[in-house]
Amino acid sequence: MKARVQVMLKSGVLDPQGEAVKRVLGTLGFDGVRGVRQGKVIELDLDGDDRAKAEKDVTAMCEKLLANRVIESYNIEIA
Amino acid sequence: MKAAVIVFPGSNCDRDMAVGLWASGADVTMVWHKEAALPTGVDLVAIPGGFSFGDYLRCGAIAAQSPVCKAVVAHVERGGYALGVCNGFQVLTETQLLPGALMRNAGLRFLCKTVTLKVATARSAFTQGYAAGAEISIPIAHHDGNYFVDAETLAALRAEDRIAFAYMDNQNGSVGDIAGVLSANRRVLGMMPHPERAVDTGHGGTDGKRLFAGMIRQFAAA
Repeated sequence: MKARVQVMLKSGVLDPQGEAVKRVLGTLGFDGVRGVRQGKVIELDLDGDDRAKAEKDVTAMCEKLLANRVIESYNIEIA
Repeated sequence: MKAAVIVFPGSNCDRDMAVGLWASGADVTMVWHKEAALPTGVDLVAIPGGFSFGDYLRCGAIAAQSPVCKAVVAHVERGGYALGVCNGFQVLTETQLLPGALMRNAGLRFLCKTVTLKVATARSAFTQGYAAGAEISIPIAHHDGNYFVDAETLAALRAEDRIAFAYMDNQNGSVGDIAGVLSANRRVLGMMPHPERAVDTGHGGTDGKRLFAGMIRQFAAA
């Protein structure tokens, strides 16, 4: 089964890359962009078809490696 | 003093670090990241700058999971000393031996220049050679040196006098102008500026020398 992990900077942590993208969107004439946050997506291809186990394992992966909990939050989708 | 310099794929300040330590009188061993143990009797572990594992995932994140880092954590838990410079600082935060995280510079630019630091505390083996409040010139060279801790941790760092160095002109966006931070037992120092690039007149300055000399003095006294 597949898991998709979305890692984002926590709200309240300044995202300078998102700010830069927002600025450039403005110069390209895209008005009305109130905020941009940039994150990353990590796709995992997992053995087995136990959804609960996958969720538990991927959560552990996020806590241990995939996200830095000091500055980042994560969201897991299992498909 | 017996020092070990850790070498990861992508480390590029390892030899500078070794020379800085050696020039101050340390006995230096280079240790490859796949080693599961440090040489016996190591007093100080130095984690150098560079781009360990290509900065993949997050700066220092992959290095922090390497076999040698488990040995470094055990060394620190036994009360051993550790110094992390630049990428080494990022590795120390990723192992959680130091609080906080290093993010992309606020201006998004790679910063490579000599900056003025304030020695924020002289109360550590690393900073005892400086007067508290002294201003020193040390080079920086980083893209991800924007130090972040939450407000509560920042207050604790200040209350416990654990900010070692602060930028006089903060250009990377670090909270509290923090350039270097100490662990609770004051035996682990992480800093973005490169003291090992300021130990010889050929470097253009020698303000980093007293950091290494301070470490040597610590172990000479012990």
